[in-house]
Amino acid sequence: MADTSFDVVIIGGGPGGYVTAIRAAQLGFKTCVVEKEHLGGICLNWGCIPTKALLRSAEIYHYMKHAGAYGLECKDPTFDLQKVIERSRGVSAQLNGGVGHLLKKNKVTVIDGAARLKGGGKVAVVDADGKALPDLTGKHIIVATGARPRVLPGLEPDKKLVWTYFEALVPDIMPKKLLVVGSGAIGIEFASFFHTMGADVTVVEVMDRIMPVEDAEISDIARKQMEKLGLKIMTEAKVTKLDKAADSVTATIEDKTGKTQQITVDRVISAVGVVGNIEDIGLENTKVKTDRGCIVIDGYGRTDEPGVYAIGDVAGPPMLAHKAEHEGVICIEKIKGLPNVHPMEKTQIPGCTYCHPQVASVGLTEAKAIEAGHKVRVGRFPFVGNGKAIALGEPDGMIKTVFDEKTGQLLGAHMVGAEVTELIQGFVVAMGLETTEEELMHTVFPHPTLSEMMHESVLDAYDRVIHF
Amino acid sequence: MPIKILMPALSPTMTEGNLAKWHKQEGDTVESGDVLAEIETDKATMEVEAVDEGVLGKIVVPEGASDVAVNSVIALLLEDGEDASALDGVDTSAAVAAPTGEAPPAPAPEPTAPTADPAPAPAAAPAPSGERIFASPLARRIAGQEGLELAAIAGSGPRGRIVKRDIDAAMAAGIGKAGAAPAASPAPAAAAAPTIDDPVFANMPEFDAVENSTMRKVIATRLTGSARDVPHFNTSADIEIDALMAMRKELNGREGADYKISVNDFVIKAVAIALKRCPDVNAAYTDDAILKFKRVDISMAVAIDGGLITPVIKDAGSLGLAAISEQAKELAGKARDGKLQPEEFQGGTFSISNLGMFGVKSFNSIINPPQGGILSVGAGEQRPVVKDGALAVATVMTLTLAVDHRCIDGAAAAGFMKELKGILEDPLQLML
Repeated sequence: MADTSFDVVIIGGGPGGYVTAIRAAQLGFKTCVVEKEHLGGICLNWGCIPTKALLRSAEIYHYMKHAGAYGLECKDPTFDLQKVIERSRGVSAQLNGGVGHLLKKNKVTVIDGAARLKGGGKVAVVDADGKALPDLTGKHIIVATGARPRVLPGLEPDKKLVWTYFEALVPDIMPKKLLVVGSGAIGIEFASFFHTMGADVTVVEVMDRIMPVEDAEISDIARKQMEKLGLKIMTEAKVTKLDKAADSVTATIEDKTGKTQQITVDRVISAVGVVGNIEDIGLENTKVKTDRGCIVIDGYGRTDEPGVYAIGDVAGPPMLAHKAEHEGVICIEKIKGLPNVHPMEKTQIPGCTYCHPQVASVGLTEAKAIEAGHKVRVGRFPFVGNGKAIALGEPDGMIKTVFDEKTGQLLGAHMVGAEVTELIQGFVVAMGLETTEEELMHTVFPHPTLSEMMHESVLDAYDRVIHF
Repeated sequence: MPIKILMPALSPTMTEGNLAKWHKQEGDTVESGDVLAEIETDKATMEVEAVDEGVLGKIVVPEGASDVAVNSVIALLLEDGEDASALDGVDTSAAVAAPTGEAPPAPAPEPTAPTADPAPAPAAAPAPSGERIFASPLARRIAGQEGLELAAIAGSGPRGRIVKRDIDAAMAAGIGKAGAAPAASPAPAAAAAPTIDDPVFANMPEFDAVENSTMRKVIATRLTGSARDVPHFNTSADIEIDALMAMRKELNGREGADYKISVNDFVIKAVAIALKRCPDVNAAYTDDAILKFKRVDISMAVAIDGGLITPVIKDAGSLGLAAISEQAKELAGKARDGKLQPEEFQGGTFSISNLGMFGVKSFNSIINPPQGGILSVGAGEQRPVVKDGALAVATVMTLTLAVDHRCIDGAAAAGFMKELKGILEDPLQLML
């Protein structure tokens, strides 16, 4: 008879769940994770990681097509879609195995099955065949069930012609014409991938700009660059109807004036957001409250039911793997009673989008900073002023910084251009340590790197820019 | 490798402390659980217990050292089989991480005792003599702009570093205002206390200069801040306590009574009940909101050698007189011995100060921020009173309430005093 009594039971083995499990084990808790599908969750198997693998293929393909710009020759480059997909699946499989190993190393029990809260610290588990496993008891139960694609009426994915990210990651064909509904991180990354691989891609966004959570200036620059590359973008527009034929879909798109047009495409990707997985996990057996599809928690992941906690996507936005991981660590450290545990500073969670060009940001946009009552100082530095960017052949992009005029607090940093997803962390650390513009100005940035633009952007905010 | 013994954090806000006494000497054998040393903070003295066993190889921080940073190495413990040569080259200034993953500590879901589990953050090199205050650049800048003294603000960041949220909280609670005039309403700078070499002392008699203890500095900063920034007002009432005295005598005289209830215990219980009935007085002021506490935790001022401290009787309204009496006695004893745990003197919602035993008739106290009120208790004494138009003798005690007018208005304070008087003069109400 397997052990069924734990200090900590974690429901869901995604990035939030497994990281929390490892931290719990480090803190001496007897811990188990119940996962109904794949360790690593959506992030590792159907999200962040496999898309990065696809986008890497697309990036290299893009360079091959533009080899001439670097004095190289690469005649008529081609690709094998199945091999590109295989590589992406292989990357996920490798990391999935790695998570299993990490949990084993940390002596975390992994139970394959779907969990359901029964109340009173008990959890029922059913395995993949529908067979009930013995109930688990946990002094602390952490719900980390994640999220799934949002479904809009009329845009229901059929998994054949209308895809979610699941199908888009393992496409049966390379669509010649593709419609992407939604321009958030998921939509725009797939649009970028399929466009680079040669598809004629149209992106429809209901808001007035693409990647609406980003700074307006940044999304404007990104849009112009994408349109220059040939991507079609329609904003303040919505898809009102999908008429499916045998192997194509005709979409009716309505603009803000109410005028409609129709386009016929091979496939549609619905990327209109994600919603928390709050169903079928027995929340009704507890006092846990939900709001707009997510579990209501306090700053330490605590729900209204003593002993039940929630972290990650199911506990509300921003729905990002790194937010889930950190939320879980805070939750378990608070349970342990460690000193100096504080709720997460939500304005210091960075976001990265791996479209072409890349977009990365942390903190308040210029508009949000002003809305919050700050008098701001804004710095901007374009890629064209940076030696490394020119040498890389990547002269398009910008780094923008937003400071509070009075205190010099770095309120936000926003980037668009090559490799910016690897740059943003410098500013995240700076914000976390509460540096002001002064320390940033006195920091030595290595030459020649793209990071010098971070320095210059700060200097620009205080009218001291050197190279532009 | 010798085991590094670190300066423990005795409370979440502690950043440094004084090494009051070593109980073990170099060469002594140490068993797990042995008391190694005593650490003194601004509020308490606590014992450091050994977690590991071995031989005390080297005392790095000597007895009497003050302002030793939390997590700095205070001693080295030789493990079984190691000799003194193992001490060579051990970097006692460098950071060490507390043990984590490899050797998981025993599962203990409840918060661990502060001494057992030093914060798992790497320690910086200690600066034993230094007055350095750790604060983020942003915190320093805002403190400068707002005229706040960083020294008066407790840090909640890693290893007690002062960060922006601490500054925001200090501003909301009105703590740490320095003399600097705020931009909005220029006020005269607070007069700084003179220094020892100030010429003003030249014409005065010879003196012994008793160095300010950490506790003295905290008392000075907090009470200066309170007297300057909290608008106090006082109300007082004379209470006839003959009925109370009779009831006390009756209770204490009962056969088998293993308690001895004092007048002060009656006052604590009565105040707690009156605060429950007048929740507006169990309050604290912030710039955003008035906080009305849902429980009455009474801070009881206890004079101790070199200062005073206010241990807390939690949820006093729900305790019986005997329980209050027992807790008050125990806490006062621990306070005098310097053995109070941080949670035993932090977090009260209302204070009581009693100088009656000195024969004081009445006095005014300074509010203990962020609390909204403090009650000063004078001596119970026989006084002439007028009853039904004729002089009579009654045992009378004068109570004086000081409140923060920002959150407690005159009528509320007076209403509370009326309740309190009613309870104390009709002590059977304490039974309800």
